[in-house]
Amino acid sequence: MTTETTVGRFGRYGGRYVPETLVPALLELEEAYAKASADPSFGEEVARVLKEFVGRPTTLTPARRLTEAWGGAHVWLKREDLAHTGAHKINNTVGQVLLARRMGKKRIIAETGAGQHGVATATACALFGLPCEVYMGALDVERQSLNVFRMRALGAVVKPVESGSRTLKDAMNEAMRTWVSQVSDTHYVIGSAAGPHPYPTIVRDFQSVIGKELRTQAQAAFGKLPDAIIACVGGGSNAIGVLHPFIGDKDVRLVGVEAGGHGLNTKQHGASLTLGTEGVLHGSRSLVLQDEDGQIQEAHSISAGLDYPGVGPELAHLAKTGRMEVRTATDDEALAAFYEVARTEGILPALETSHAFARGRELARDLGKGKYLVINCSGRGDKDVATISARGVPPPVGVKS
Amino acid sequence: MSGEIAQAFAKAKARGEGVLVAYAMAGDPDLPRSVDVFAALVEGGADILEIGVAFSDPIADGPVIQGASERALKAGSTLKRVLDEVVPEVRKRCPQTPLVIMTYVNVIMALGEERFAKLARERGVSGAILPDLPPEESAGLRATFDAAGVDLIPLCAPTTPKARAEAIARDGRGFVYCVSVAGVTGMRAELPPDLSQRLDLVRKASPVPVVAGFGISTAEQARTLSAHADGVVVGSALVRAAHADGPGAAKTLCADIKRGLKR
Repeated sequence: MTTETTVGRFGRYGGRYVPETLVPALLELEEAYAKASADPSFGEEVARVLKEFVGRPTTLTPARRLTEAWGGAHVWLKREDLAHTGAHKINNTVGQVLLARRMGKKRIIAETGAGQHGVATATACALFGLPCEVYMGALDVERQSLNVFRMRALGAVVKPVESGSRTLKDAMNEAMRTWVSQVSDTHYVIGSAAGPHPYPTIVRDFQSVIGKELRTQAQAAFGKLPDAIIACVGGGSNAIGVLHPFIGDKDVRLVGVEAGGHGLNTKQHGASLTLGTEGVLHGSRSLVLQDEDGQIQEAHSISAGLDYPGVGPELAHLAKTGRMEVRTATDDEALAAFYEVARTEGILPALETSHAFARGRELARDLGKGKYLVINCSGRGDKDVATISARGVPPPVGVKS
Repeated sequence: MSGEIAQAFAKAKARGEGVLVAYAMAGDPDLPRSVDVFAALVEGGADILEIGVAFSDPIADGPVIQGASERALKAGSTLKRVLDEVVPEVRKRCPQTPLVIMTYVNVIMALGEERFAKLARERGVSGAILPDLPPEESAGLRATFDAAGVDLIPLCAPTTPKARAEAIARDGRGFVYCVSVAGVTGMRAELPPDLSQRLDLVRKASPVPVVAGFGISTAEQARTLSAHADGVVVGSALVRAAHADGPGAAKTLCADIKRGLKR
């Protein structure tokens, strides 16, 4: 089952809006990916690395105390936070770096927001011995210093980007500019299911391992498919990865949670599915946050990974056609959810993931007892401790303040 | 196609010159003063003006034009205001010079493709260059522009394979913009050695004139290229001169490059 309507298009969205210099490289990538997909040895190699190195399959964990606290559906967690490097991002970078190696590319570039994709790219490059350069907004370099260190420790060059809002969108602009000038020997590993065709398809395919595992694991754990799945949505790679294998299962509710930032009425948010309008950003037609003159607005989220004014074209299509329900969670709601999950389940979720948890209670109650809700735990929160602790830690459990 | 662009090339040819397409950013440093810059470029010898309209995320541009975009956005430049306030003024001061808008596809989409084409034609714009709209995505917009009499000028890159380059050239409108270097806009000390062959190839296939752009900033480069192209585009060097030393400096640089284009 695919939502692709024509090659590279998801309904109205998708396409390939890039400088002509890049088009031949995208055509080459499309062809190389089609060949690799048709070659069983490539799939086997990706699967082997995911098993041996990444630690797949990630577990499906019952969240018993959250289930009790929320008083509705059974809550289960798909634990991408347990994948090597601490987030789902590694599923895609391993696949793309193996693909780049097959194509004979000599070096890798990437952009990163929270740093998870940068770390995952640097890790795959270290594993396969390719030099790696990661573009990161200067603001994100400041707020994600742990991941900056990890990338450097892994041998990658981190390039702070000072233009624009100094966040993910600007890092992506700069990575594209660099790619235009080095396209002959360089592969650009895009981390979201966004960008020009064929990236939204490639990233979705590599991330779909999450949803495919979940299908099998759900059958084993509770004897049927989940009644609903929630994932956070920035660019949307974890969301499309967990949701895509269920698109054809009409009884499975698919829910995406976007960054509400300071609130949807403030202009300081990252809710492009909820409040975006059709536009072209970073090579594809999708829903973007922009003003009436077509200038892209700066997004805001407490989580660097959701601080992006666009969204992958396939998610835009799923949202517009109603197949995916779209919700938002504010910064404060995500923070509250972070502590709730930490203290009821012993898991520190990433701030991105905390947005998905923030909408869990309502959805669990809405589904009701006897139903099954799966939350995609896209990453762990170690990288966010500086941001979170700066706001003060609530008193220990059992201690009166 | 619009006749103005063809005429500009024909006139230059009759004078034994290559065409100078001069770029500046509308709204840099502000809307009225950018009109002075455009007028200075024409005084310096520019044959066609390329009017940059700022976009927040200019992925095809290097640091000089990125900087100009940021200044223009701060000054309140928008496509609508450029069509209302800059284009008519430039038209008044330089009535003989064809005007071409250069911006990104999202800016056109936001105004509305048909609305843009209609307004552009009414105000005297002859063509548009959209660096993030490759041939695969441009058919619909080209039809809209054709109907309004605005040329959608295609770009050809150093990475474009031969057959694809010929196809782009055959379907050209106004002129074909041959990007000289694999990279973003900005000045380069050296241009690729195979550029002249590429220009010859595109020129042979194209029913319209062919210009080389990206990286060109000196009379010497213009002289070398004009043997293989009908003209050159100069952008970053002019934007930098105008920003650092005002319209007069941009005019002087235009005149200098124009000397390189005399055959």
